[in-house]
Amino acid sequence: MSHEPQPTEAKVWTPADPVLQVRNLHKSYQDQHVLRGVEFDIHQGQVKAVLGPSGSGKSTMLRLMALLEPANDGEILLRGQRLGVRQRGTTTVPLPERELAKERRDIGMVFQKFNLFPHLSACRNVMLGLTSVQNIPAKEAEERAMAMLERVGLSHRAGHYPSELSGGQQQRVAIARALVMNPSVLLFDEPTSALDPELVGEVLDVMEGLANDGMTMIVVTHEVRFARRVADQVTLFDSGVIVEQASPDEFFDNPQHQRTRKFLSHVH
Amino acid sequence: MEFDIGIFVQQLVNPSYLYGAFLSVAVAVLALVLATAVGFAVALGRTSQSRIAQGAAGFYTWFFRAIPALLVLLIIWNALPQLFPVLRQEWFSPFIAAFIGLGIVEAAFMAEIIRSALLSIDEGQNLAGRALGMSPAKVMVKVVLPQAIRIALPPTGNEFIGLVKFSSLASVISLQELLTTAQVGVNITFRYAEYYAAAIIYYLIIVSLLTLLQNYVEKKFLWTSRSKPKKPSTLEPIGQGVHA
Repeated sequence: MSHEPQPTEAKVWTPADPVLQVRNLHKSYQDQHVLRGVEFDIHQGQVKAVLGPSGSGKSTMLRLMALLEPANDGEILLRGQRLGVRQRGTTTVPLPERELAKERRDIGMVFQKFNLFPHLSACRNVMLGLTSVQNIPAKEAEERAMAMLERVGLSHRAGHYPSELSGGQQQRVAIARALVMNPSVLLFDEPTSALDPELVGEVLDVMEGLANDGMTMIVVTHEVRFARRVADQVTLFDSGVIVEQASPDEFFDNPQHQRTRKFLSHVH
Repeated sequence: MEFDIGIFVQQLVNPSYLYGAFLSVAVAVLALVLATAVGFAVALGRTSQSRIAQGAAGFYTWFFRAIPALLVLLIIWNALPQLFPVLRQEWFSPFIAAFIGLGIVEAAFMAEIIRSALLSIDEGQNLAGRALGMSPAKVMVKVVLPQAIRIALPPTGNEFIGLVKFSSLASVISLQELLTTAQVGVNITFRYAEYYAAAIIYYLIIVSLLTLLQNYVEKKFLWTSRSKPKKPSTLEPIGQGVHA
């Protein structure tokens, strides 16, 4: 068998490489430099917990990774492919919104305030991405949506509207909505911060279940115990940079940086 | 001169009143459809990033909110046919002139209603739609518009009722709508009270029906599982209380 010469790609991604890579990410709003050169990798099936004080840039980083906002500088790579830009001659230019929409299909996002669609039932919230983005017929989309609601323990609430669900239930529907699209990475932006304390547990349980099933997840959170129990890697953000990045045991028991020790003394 | 019930009832069942009422409602319905379509485009222009679109949409709103509807009707019916021969042909009737004239004026007001409805939708809805990978047009049609319509419905109902009454302005371009019908009768018989009272009854019936229609449509936008008729579908809740 003859070997066809392949067009030489810069480098070939293999499953052993990080599924998502962030390189030298910068973001400014007016005179505020919110992200100052963020770098990290996440491998398939890993859970990364991102801690840090409010306003440290954690949520901004997630929005950039979800391609909801353009970065000022730096790269986001999914399976080695650079996202959000295309090459025009020697310069890279941001993709137009329609093209960005296609790349976003592979990255799921769960928001602090759920952002469920109030005019659609729980089931139709989960179906919408399937029917309107993946063009899956309604019947099949409904079956898959119901299966996903079952997974988050809410199949008995499928016909209810968001206003008829508790905050915890709404967030579980939002997780199902992101999950049903079968994303490569699922991003969580403080998923329990808007919840009453007694409703936090049900959402964290669902997330722990996903982690155990091998979902690749980046979780911006204030839930330190969750980070310790579920995450493979814990990251501390402060003033737009990553201060510390370590395994949970190292991070909590033997932090290398003064800033981390100070942060932990406040949240423990 | 006493109020003659006989004349009043006679006019109430007079087919020309019914026809006049039909013309009034028809002009209002078509004007509202036109106003909603043009108003939506103007609202998109006013909320767009493009300076040109903003400017054009702003000009439209400014211009047609300033000009009296009566003047617009007179211009369309009298002035434009002098300038454009195509409008001198048979098809250009007072009915068409009336609904176009009222529609383009009303569009300036509908644009503001639609714009404020679009702006009132939480930014998180847009984010959630985009995060799912929906194109901007899909986000608008599937996520933002259904929610904006609910917000725009009550003020639109007001505008609709206003249009039914504004259709009486079309009497100046010789449209035989409801009020003109009454006026023509009065000019012959001088029975003011009876003819105007008949017109009142017709307006009351029209606006009552429109109010019922509005209530019905608003119920469609309640977004609760309980307002929907029971259907044997998995999309319906299964025998549990809402907050169980």
